[in-house]
Amino acid sequence: MIEVRIHGRGGQGNVVAAYLLATAAFTEGWHAQAFPAFGAERRGAPVVAFVRLNDKPIRRRCQVAEPDFLIIQDEALMHVTGITDGLKASGRILLNSSSDADTFDTDNEHLITMPATRLAQEHLGRPVPNTALLSAFVTLTGLLPRSALSHALEERFSGDILEKNNQLINAAAETIDANLWKDTANA
Amino acid sequence: MLKALEGSQAIAQTVALCRPQVVAAYPITPQTHIVENIARLVADGSMQCELVSVESEFSAASLVLGAACAGSRTYTASASQGILLMSEVLYNIAGLRVPMVMTCANRAISAPLSIWNDQQDSMAVRDAGWIQLYCADNQEAVDTTIQAYRIAESTELPVMVCVDGFTLTHTLEPIDIPDQAQVDEFLPAFKFKRALDPANPTSIGTLVSPDYYTEARYSHHQALLDSEQAIIAADADWQAICGRSSGGLVSVNGPDNARIGVITLGSIYGTLYEARETYSELPDTRLISLRAYRPFPAAALREICKDLTDLVILERAISLGSGGIVSAEVHSALSSLPESPRIYSYAVGLGGRDIPLDLYRRMHARIRDDKPGGFSILDVDTERLLPEDGGPDQTAITA
Amino acid sequence: MDVEIELPQISELRANPPRFQGLTPGHRACLGCGEALAARLVTEAAGPDVMIANATGCLEIFTTPWPESAWRLPWIHSLFENTGAIASGMEAALKAQGKNTKVLAFAGDGGTFDIGFQALSGMLERGHNVLYVCFDNEAYMNTGIQRSSSTPHAAMTTTSPPGSARMGKRHLKKDILSIVAAHHIPYAATASVAYPSDIRKKVRRAIDIEGPTFLQIHCPCPLGWGHEGNLSIEIARLAVQTGLYPVIELERSELIGSMPIRKSKPVVEYLSKQQRFRHLFNKNDARAIEELAHIQALADHNIKRYQLCGDGADALDSEGADTVKRGGMRWG
Repeated sequence: MIEVRIHGRGGQGNVVAAYLLATAAFTEGWHAQAFPAFGAERRGAPVVAFVRLNDKPIRRRCQVAEPDFLIIQDEALMHVTGITDGLKASGRILLNSSSDADTFDTDNEHLITMPATRLAQEHLGRPVPNTALLSAFVTLTGLLPRSALSHALEERFSGDILEKNNQLINAAAETIDANLWKDTANA
Repeated sequence: MLKALEGSQAIAQTVALCRPQVVAAYPITPQTHIVENIARLVADGSMQCELVSVESEFSAASLVLGAACAGSRTYTASASQGILLMSEVLYNIAGLRVPMVMTCANRAISAPLSIWNDQQDSMAVRDAGWIQLYCADNQEAVDTTIQAYRIAESTELPVMVCVDGFTLTHTLEPIDIPDQAQVDEFLPAFKFKRALDPANPTSIGTLVSPDYYTEARYSHHQALLDSEQAIIAADADWQAICGRSSGGLVSVNGPDNARIGVITLGSIYGTLYEARETYSELPDTRLISLRAYRPFPAAALREICKDLTDLVILERAISLGSGGIVSAEVHSALSSLPESPRIYSYAVGLGGRDIPLDLYRRMHARIRDDKPGGFSILDVDTERLLPEDGGPDQTAITA
Repeated sequence: MDVEIELPQISELRANPPRFQGLTPGHRACLGCGEALAARLVTEAAGPDVMIANATGCLEIFTTPWPESAWRLPWIHSLFENTGAIASGMEAALKAQGKNTKVLAFAGDGGTFDIGFQALSGMLERGHNVLYVCFDNEAYMNTGIQRSSSTPHAAMTTTSPPGSARMGKRHLKKDILSIVAAHHIPYAATASVAYPSDIRKKVRRAIDIEGPTFLQIHCPCPLGWGHEGNLSIEIARLAVQTGLYPVIELERSELIGSMPIRKSKPVVEYLSKQQRFRHLFNKNDARAIEELAHIQALADHNIKRYQLCGDGADALDSEGADTVKRGGMRWG
């Protein structure tokens, strides 16, 4: 089973990101589960969502305490204590940032940054980083093809917005080394 | 058709398939996505019903009562404070033996104010005379909602479908939504023979003197006890159509030779199921998930528990000043067994506290040490208790 | 170690009175929250000798996440539907004790127009000495933007979404002020966060009255209305300038004051700035065009009914802000 924790701020599409990832996985035949760490989610507040992917039904409903992957939608959250708590020793972090990975002080040597907000601004005209981050995530892990993400988006968007999101998915995937994290995903 | 859906979304789509003519909507976390999804279906023209946005839960329950008595299938949903606010009406609906279905998106009760999941709300109205069915996952929420209409309309008892708030309502997972043809096959058109009708005028809700009240209660109580059959039958009949059972009255899972049992209601079941796999070195355990809480399946429980040496009840509610609610009823049901298991009662997950896999292990450790017959809150965090409750000495919490 | 504190001169205090902070910063409201601003202004004007009964809603949620509170006044949150009754009880107790502390009741539009309506009516009818403040952001915002009876006609909320069969909220915004005033209470008024001095004036006026008083303050909600947080004041002002949110005062149901609109603006200027009305700007939808006309008619009706359009040129272009005289306390 693969467990992902997504950290963001209210308004960045944190829950939607989790739902999209789970839906995308589902279209590829995975069993998937996604839910927020339910809280009063005002704009800007730190929020967390969880995703589980497995090859058999997922029945546990507890929060993800030991994620395999962290996706962090806002680099300011790196200053929040405990944000990487529980990350497995071999765990990977994907961080939305235009800075290099080594500017961030973390024990974890598997931190990768990508400028998701900038890409989103370019392609969507709005600073909503989740599609770009998810695209990078599936590319890094090799877990899902980009088309799965597109399928998931089709359920929520159509027309121009869908088209732009698809372009964003492609652009984001190109900034990333494909399958760099494939071994962690398969572990 | 199997789709990745948020629980609330699935419930809303299911309600639409059941073709209610009148839906009352008043928002309360965590039920909001259900009524919002229904509003969207109505706005898009894909659901035909009178969707009434009422001004409080008290009116939501009153509105569906009025609608059902005027001959329509109805729906509403609430949680927590809303359940309490409408409680007077809930007793009224049941006492009048009006068939209807509502979803309770289980949430804790104020004060302290909490928007998070536990089952204090539905437990607070367990005596109102409704059938109460608890869902262990979102698929059961879908299937049970459909069955609930059949059960309600054949027994003339209202049915409360309890779905853990947030834990189920806001979780996205693969859910099979039946098609309209399947639901239409299973649910006949709404027929309430005592509905108000100018062609056959009757009076509903009259004053009843001591000469008749007892017999009315006798009849209602008996109808609830008898509804076990309707609950079992609906599950079997729906399984014949869609291939899935929701557990009838009680779901039991575990090796036959297990002598330790754990009783739960709702979504905690899934976590215990995987915990049992994870902690496979622990003694064999029988997981007993109550689907029907009203009527209380006493006979079924006696049958299931009679060979157990230890029985744990993990409930997500508490009777303040007494202890467990479910456990008191379990004690009562098992008291007539020649050899009752040792019973350990715990409350867990109050106010939405996360229930980790590890709780299963801690539970097993506790029953080795605890005296049977008592009650305690299993996951209390002693570090957060006030000094007068045995917590650590600490500087005053800022007001 | 002794610390020397230099006291400011009395004359300085008179010229620059320190503001009382009943609601302090550090709460969890969204950027641009109209309700947070309104609550701050109300408590500032009310001063320290008050007690507050607060309904369930955004305000109590974002000000009191245990174990912290942003309030520096005695404050209680009970339930959603009973604020009028809680306040009545507090008032009765203070009266029995012979104390002068004023009771304030705070609620959103949900807790006032809908679920709290009964308790409000009871409180008003019995004549309790309470100032009831309704923070009107026109929907159930805390639970995720569902419609209330205060939601304006045709507005989109999650329970009044537009679609092929609907154009947003079907019903009109409830005229709560007329209903409140019909209880023969001494003072009822509307206000807007776009006019903070006006709010302070009205709070002071209401507090000085012995008996039930009611103040309804228009509070933009960026998330619920669909606009950026920095536009809250501008949008609130447009609501007033279009006539959609008349700023008026009633004494025992008689209109005794209104904030004049020097030059009224067309409703589309207000509506077009908010996502909750975006379905009205689909030029291919005849219903949208019809609804815009309806809303303009509502605004025109308000302007006429309350005689909102002032006459003549106004050299200061004050947009009615001179209902409070600049440079000094009006009630001194």
